[in-house]
Amino acid sequence: MVNPNVQGKKYPETAPYLVGREKIREFANAVFSANPINHDVFAAQAAGYADVVAPPTFAVLIQERSLHTVLADPEADIDFSRVVHGDQRFIHVRPIVAGDELTSILEVASVKSLGAHSMITFNTEVFDAEKNLVATAISTLVVRGGE
Amino acid sequence: MSHIDILTLEVGQEVGSDSFTFTRDSLVKYAGASGDFNPIHYRDDFAKSVGLDGVLAHGMLTMGTAVQVVVNWVGDAGKVIDYGVRFTKPVFVDANEGAVVTVVAKIGAIDLEAKTVRVDITCVSNEVAVLGKAQAVVKL
Repeated sequence: MVNPNVQGKKYPETAPYLVGREKIREFANAVFSANPINHDVFAAQAAGYADVVAPPTFAVLIQERSLHTVLADPEADIDFSRVVHGDQRFIHVRPIVAGDELTSILEVASVKSLGAHSMITFNTEVFDAEKNLVATAISTLVVRGGE
Repeated sequence: MSHIDILTLEVGQEVGSDSFTFTRDSLVKYAGASGDFNPIHYRDDFAKSVGLDGVLAHGMLTMGTAVQVVVNWVGDAGKVIDYGVRFTKPVFVDANEGAVVTVVAKIGAIDLEAKTVRVDITCVSNEVAVLGKAQAVVKL
């Protein structure tokens, strides 16, 4: 069972993640993106962006970095082998582009129990180097209870 | 600027559809791109040992792929300002056959003032919906 007392707990800011152009291209290829703005610098610049634009779900990489700190937290007591991804949402203030240096702060929004299972929802705020909010990632994990 | 005129859109209108084939290679590529190396996404023996029927696709691969239908319609990945899904069923990826995921995107709501459109996405594999409440808000 996830410790319900971690509801509201905020985890420390993650180390900066430098978004690389090739990482965006690699991710874009992996999610079947044919959008030139994800691949081609000139296409991205013609559309008004500084560099290639990350696909809409790219912020999951940043969310993962924050999630690792929670999964390693003995207080939260999450058994990762029993975790199933329940739902996921990304709200963008602006798209992520190559060259961004991103940090994140994760807060445990809620911990609920559903019979033997627990549902834990995280809000991860993603900031750029100027500390402006870029995106919020909201993720719910279902932790299956013991049989 | 967008090439789409919001005034010409109607709720219920289909804006795109496509099918994608996930193979084991797709899962390995996504694992590398995302850093999610959970072996349930590439090792049959491991998947079975945790009670699964077989190797399954990363939910985030399905989510990331499904939205491409919306991106292709709007022409700019940066215009998707809000995107959420529920993972309802796993996509099992057979080692030989892979798995086909079929995506259909329809207009769910139009906000003329905000110049945004909510696109509702259905995503089906093996005749079951693998995403629920999949909605992408696009800024036109």
